[in-house]
Amino acid sequence: MKNKDALKISLLAILFGVLLGVVILLLTGRDPFYLFYGLVRGASGLDLIKGGSINPRYIGEFIVASMPIILTGLSVAFAYRTGLFNIGAEGQLMVGACASIATAVLFPQIPVVHMLVSVLAGILAGAAWGFLPGILKSKFNLHEVVICIMMNYIGMYLANYVYVQLPGSDTSRTALIPESASLSNSFFESLTNHSRLNLGIFFVILAVLAYWFIIEKTSFGYGLRATGFNKEGARYAGMKVERNIVYSMMIAGAMAGLAGAIISLGTFNYGRVLSSFENYGFDGIAVALTGACNAIGVVLAGLLFGLLKVAQPILQSVGIPKEIGEIISAAIVLFVAMQYGIRIILNKLSKLRHKKDAKEPKGEKSV
Amino acid sequence: MTYAVELLNITKDFPGIRANDNVTVRLKQGSIHALLGENGAGKSTLMSILFGLYQPTSGTIKVNGKEVKINDPNDATQLGIGMVHQHFKLVECFTVTENIILGMEPTKFGMVDIKSAAKKIEEFSKMYGLNVDPYAKISDITVGMQQRVEILKMLYRNANILIFDEPTAVLTPQEIEDLMEIMQKLIKEGKSILLITHKLNEIKQVADECSVLRRGKYIGTVNVAETSTQQMAEMMVGREVNFKVEKGPHAPGEVVLETRHLNVKNSKGVLGLKDFNLSVRAGEIVGIAGIDGNGQEELVHALSGLTSVESGEILLKGENITHTSIRDRFDKGMGHIPEDRHKHGLILDFHLKENFIIHEYDRKPYCKNMIMQQDVMDAYADKLIEEFDVRSGEGKDSLTRSMSGGNQQKAIIAREIERSPDLLLVVQPTRGLDVGAIEYIHKRIIAERDAGKAVLLVSFELDEVLDLSDRIVVLFDGHKNGEMLAKDTDDKELGLYMSGSKKGSEDE
Repeated sequence: MKNKDALKISLLAILFGVLLGVVILLLTGRDPFYLFYGLVRGASGLDLIKGGSINPRYIGEFIVASMPIILTGLSVAFAYRTGLFNIGAEGQLMVGACASIATAVLFPQIPVVHMLVSVLAGILAGAAWGFLPGILKSKFNLHEVVICIMMNYIGMYLANYVYVQLPGSDTSRTALIPESASLSNSFFESLTNHSRLNLGIFFVILAVLAYWFIIEKTSFGYGLRATGFNKEGARYAGMKVERNIVYSMMIAGAMAGLAGAIISLGTFNYGRVLSSFENYGFDGIAVALTGACNAIGVVLAGLLFGLLKVAQPILQSVGIPKEIGEIISAAIVLFVAMQYGIRIILNKLSKLRHKKDAKEPKGEKSV
Repeated sequence: MTYAVELLNITKDFPGIRANDNVTVRLKQGSIHALLGENGAGKSTLMSILFGLYQPTSGTIKVNGKEVKINDPNDATQLGIGMVHQHFKLVECFTVTENIILGMEPTKFGMVDIKSAAKKIEEFSKMYGLNVDPYAKISDITVGMQQRVEILKMLYRNANILIFDEPTAVLTPQEIEDLMEIMQKLIKEGKSILLITHKLNEIKQVADECSVLRRGKYIGTVNVAETSTQQMAEMMVGREVNFKVEKGPHAPGEVVLETRHLNVKNSKGVLGLKDFNLSVRAGEIVGIAGIDGNGQEELVHALSGLTSVESGEILLKGENITHTSIRDRFDKGMGHIPEDRHKHGLILDFHLKENFIIHEYDRKPYCKNMIMQQDVMDAYADKLIEEFDVRSGEGKDSLTRSMSGGNQQKAIIAREIERSPDLLLVVQPTRGLDVGAIEYIHKRIIAERDAGKAVLLVSFELDEVLDLSDRIVVLFDGHKNGEMLAKDTDDKELGLYMSGSKKGSEDE
C-alpha cells in the first residue's frame, strides 16, 4: 500500500516535471518535440529526425552517467532509512575518487589485485568520510548536516592537494593510471561502440543488491530501520542506537566512495583537480527522494536523472537550451517534496470519482 | 422536548468496514449525554462526523431542530459546536490567551489586541469558575489547567454544544472532581454536552442519558439515573463484565528487585527521585501510587536503564544492574510495559510481526548469521496474535500505526509476557483502554504474579493500583511517603498520602 503510494507520487512528479519542461519550451517559442528527440537520442542514439538505427555508444554513455548518481542516491537513501540526512555524499565521493587514484598510482601493478585494491581504497575513504559525521552525531549530538557540509569542502581541497602531490601530476590532473588499476574494459567498449562503459557496472549492481539485502533482510537492517522510524523506541528496546548511526553513515559514505572510485578509475582513468563541486551528492539526494529510498526506485530514478544529464548536449545541438534538463530535474524534486500536496489532490480526485460512480446509475435521466 | 443535536440513522462506511451502522443519538438541550463504547466501537467516527471531519454515508444531522450539512470544522464552529480533544491542541510556548484567540485574533489598528481578548477570557473564567490565568504560558500550567484552556477556547468561540473526548484520561482524581463541577456549571448556563468516555462511574456521576455503541452498531440509549453501571458495561461489551479483579492470596517469595538509596535526576537536572528504597518479591504486585510528576517517571527510567542513576543501587535478583545497558536488563529477566506506547513501546511504522521481536531480533531463532528468518518471525507472530487475541486489519502484516490503541497495548503485553520475565515493570497499562481490554490486561498481570513473577505497577489510576496491588508504595515529591498492604487501606487514606497531607514512614 505504502510502496504503491510512493510509486504513484514519483511517477506523477516525473510527469509534472516533464510537462513543466514542455510548457516552458512552448512559452519560449521552441518546439517541445526536440525535448523528446533529445531524450530518445540520449537513451539510445536513435535519431528521430534523420532516422537511422540505435547507436550503442549512447546507451553506454547513458549508463556511465547514471552509475555515480545511482550510488550517491543509495548513499543518501541508506542514511535516510536510519533517520539521517547525508548531505555529504559529494565529499565522500571526492575522497573516494582521490584514494582510488592514489592507490592506482602508488600500488604495485598486480593484475586484478591492483584494480580491486584501488576500488576498495575508494570505498574505505568514503566510509571514513562518513564515519566522522556519524561519530560526532552519536557522541556529541552534533547535527550531521552541518558536519557533512563542512566535510564536503575539506574533502574537495584535500583531494586536490593529494592529486598534485602524486608523481606525474600537473596542476589540473594526475597522470593516466596504469591499465592494471583501470576499470575500463575493452569488451564493454567494443560492445558499446567505444563508449566509456566499464567494469564499474558490476560494482553498481553489487551495491544495489547489498543495499536491498542489508535493509530488508538482515538483523542489522532491522535495527537501522527501527532507529530511523523511532529512535527512542529503538533505544528503549535495547538497541545500540549510537552505534547504528555510526555504521549507517559509514555505509552511506562507502557507497559514495565507490561512486568516486568508478568515476576516476573507470570513466576518466585519471584524477581531476576540481575547482567546484560536480553536484553528484545533490543529485543523489534528488535520486533518493524520487526513488522513495527503495532499491529499485533509486536505480530507476538514477537512470532518469542520468538521462537528463546525457541529453543536455544533444538538446543544445538542436537549439534547445541545455538548462531545460536541469529545470526538469529540479521540478521533479520539487514535486516529490510536495508529495503531501499531491496526496491531497489524489485523495480529492478519488473521492470525486467515487461520487461520480455513485451518481452514475441515477444519472440516466439527466444525460 | 427540544434537542440541541440529533444524529439520525447515521451510517458511515470506510473501505472494508462499516464504522457506524444506523446510529441515532439525540442530545437534549441543557443536558449531558454520554456516548459509551469500547475502543473501535465508532464513537470517534460519529463525533468526527458531527464535527465535520467526515461525511456520513447516509443519515441526517439536525442542530436545534434544523437539518444541517457540516462540511468541515468551520461549519461546526459556525453552528456552535465545540470539541475538547483527548490530546490537547495547544501551542506549548504560547500563553493561554494567545492559544485561545489563535485563528481568530481580534485586531486593533492591524495589531493583535491581546488585552481585550484576555479580559474576555477572564470574564468567562470567572463565570464558570475555571480559574485560569490568561497570561500564563501553556508549558507552565498543569494538564488539568490546559484542559480548561481548551474549554475556554470553545466558550470564546460561542459554542453551545460541547463535545468532550475522553476528558478524564489525563487528570488526577481531584482534577476529575473539578471537571465534573465545571460541566455541571456549563449545563446550568444552558450549554449541552456530549461526553465520550468509557469510565462508567463518571457517566453515573454527571450524565443524564447514555447512548451505547458496540462495533459500530447502536445498542440503545438509557436514562443514567435508572441504570446501574453493571448494566451499562454489559451493553457496551455485550457480555457480563467482571469489575472486581479476582486474585488469590498474597504469597511473596524471595526479593527480585531491590533499590537502595536511589537518587535520580529528572529532565530538568533536578533530583526527581530522592533516596528511594523499594523491594519487590516474587509472586507479588507492588503498586506505586502517586500523582503524576512525583518521581514515577524517574523511577521507571532508572529501572529500565533509559536514564542513568545519580547515586544508589538497583539490584535484580541480587545482582547489581545499576550501570548495565538496557539490553542487559532485558536479558537478565526484566520485562517492561512502558507508559508511552507510541514513543517507547512500539515502532509504529513497523509491521506488527516486526514489533514482536524487537528485543531479540538479532538472535536465534529470529536471525541466523545476520539474516532475518521471515518464517520464524511469521510463526511467532501468529502464535502471539492467537494467544493474546491481538486484532488488526491485516494480521501480522498490519502496519502497527493502523491498529487501535487497545490492540497496540495488547501487542506490547504479548511481547513482554511471552518472554516470561522475572520482573515485570508495568506503567499505566490501561491508559485510554476500554473495559474489555482493561479486564483482559489485569487478568494477564495477575496471572504473571500467580506464576511467581514479581510485578511493579506504576499507575495514576488509584482504582487500578488498589485493585491489582498486594502492597502499595506512595510516591510524593520524589520521596517514599508511606507503604502499606493494599487490603489495609482505601482510596481516601492513599489520597492523603499522595497529596502529602499525611506523612508516611520513609522506611520501615
